[in-house]
Amino acid sequence: MTEHPAIEVEKLVREFRKGPRAVDGIDLYVSPGEIYGFLGPNGAGKSTTVLMLTTLLPPTSGRASVGGYDIVRQGAQVRASIGAALQEAALDAILTGREHLLLQATLQGLPSAERRRRANELLERVGLTEAADRRVGGYSGGMKRRLDLALALVHFPRILFLDEPTTGLDPQSRAALWEEVERLAHQEGMTVFLTTQYLEEADVLADRIGIIDHGKIVAEGTPGRLKAEIGSPSVEVAPADPEAGDRLAALLNTFGEMRRNGRGSVTVQLPGGEAQLAEVVRVLDQADLRVETLQLHQPSLDDVFLAKTGRKLEGAGEGATTEAAVPANGRRRRRRGR
Amino acid sequence: MRQRALLIFPMIFPLILFAINGSALTPATRIHGFPTHNYRDFLIAMPFVQGAMFVSISAGIDLARDIENGFLNRLALTPLRGEAMLVGQLGGALVVGVVQAIVYVLVGLATGVTFASGVGGALVLLALSILIAFAFAALGGLLALRFGTGEAVQGIFPLLFVTLFLSSSSLPRNLIKVDWFRDVATYNPVSYLLEGLRSLVIKGWDAQALALAFGFAVALLVIALALSQAAMKTRLARK
Repeated sequence: MTEHPAIEVEKLVREFRKGPRAVDGIDLYVSPGEIYGFLGPNGAGKSTTVLMLTTLLPPTSGRASVGGYDIVRQGAQVRASIGAALQEAALDAILTGREHLLLQATLQGLPSAERRRRANELLERVGLTEAADRRVGGYSGGMKRRLDLALALVHFPRILFLDEPTTGLDPQSRAALWEEVERLAHQEGMTVFLTTQYLEEADVLADRIGIIDHGKIVAEGTPGRLKAEIGSPSVEVAPADPEAGDRLAALLNTFGEMRRNGRGSVTVQLPGGEAQLAEVVRVLDQADLRVETLQLHQPSLDDVFLAKTGRKLEGAGEGATTEAAVPANGRRRRRRGR
Repeated sequence: MRQRALLIFPMIFPLILFAINGSALTPATRIHGFPTHNYRDFLIAMPFVQGAMFVSISAGIDLARDIENGFLNRLALTPLRGEAMLVGQLGGALVVGVVQAIVYVLVGLATGVTFASGVGGALVLLALSILIAFAFAALGGLLALRFGTGEAVQGIFPLLFVTLFLSSSSLPRNLIKVDWFRDVATYNPVSYLLEGLRSLVIKGWDAQALALAFGFAVALLVIALALSQAAMKTRLARK
């Protein structure tokens, strides 16, 4: 039986007066229970897309449905079936965390008997029970983001929109949020539409990724497939003596496509995969060529972006962790279908 | 009540002006035709309107902050209707207006102001001043929805204050000798708000003054709410 998409977008456009098209005819679909990562640099159109799909901004043209409802004609139904944590945490500093949740529960129409129970449940789930009765003005960035997520979940939505949810968070807070998002999708079957400018976040969390640049989707697929499309791993070798660069290049250009870098170093593709690394080492050893560094590079989403757009993803390093965040259980994630 | 500074300071400034002008401008009562011997009876209307203007700016800044920090978007994602959202945002300003009005009446009584219209008149004055506060709060909300930033709302505040001083706030219109000033005061709706409030203190029951005051207050409220609703629709842009 064919599954109806949770989110379906067809030729969606958003123009602003006297400006370029922020979203320029995108098509995408998201299956129920999927985590869809919408990856792109600042100004690519990610947030504009989220605002349209959450009915906060009308599209200029095109159509989209969320939860089976048209975003233009059935806005109220769309809003009833979604939760959204947008780019700004949108919290009132003088209210406590509990008060925020109770207010949200009231506005979402939860029965009065249910509101306090639901607030307590969500506070526990996002780890804010102890801070529940403190004013939000005293919360850390991570706490605010967790509260924001809790507020988006008050009314049991089926689809969750997260717009750059971990921007500015420390590694531990980021890892905790990633865990919760994974749990929502994989244990509760919630569909998650996640925008991010962090490669690692998309790589780790998303079942499928759409890469957007200048309002257009330039690539779409699972992280593994996108990287495999770009090609094979590469090895970067820097000789101990920069003058040996020519000799090094002559030795390694038989392996695959090669690029000369500064100070004699070269980067060469390994079409045969990581297994060719041993051969590279053997060749260098037999030639008695001393190397200073030898690094194996796997294709990254940044390479995908570079291949599709001709430039690196901007801001990929801003605020991102230099090492992969390790979740609270100490185990790195294994994603489905990679 | 968690933002006591927002309640207290806007209430104090009009009272300071009332105290200063109530003493310094007392000689004005010697002008032939001045309607009362007690300048404070004449001046007491000013804090109510001034306080309403402060309420307007507070309401506008609060709403602008909610727009800027995305809180309005959060509300827009709930089933809450736009009109309810607007009235809810202004509800806090209304409470401040009520508290201010009660304080100003008490301060007036304590400083020797007497109500020619009696207890009933004091209650009508309270009702009128609360209506004026709500109308100005709606104006503040309109400014916030139209311009979307607290800075813009604050920038407009001096203009609002100018309308207070280009009115019959310090002298009755018939005693303003400068022609252009008198004309401006005559066309300025703020004059009629002041005169309606003042009439309950000085004259007793002046139907015309009250009708004009309530009429202009209601008109300001209705226009501001209608324009705010339209601005809210544009601001939210949801269907």
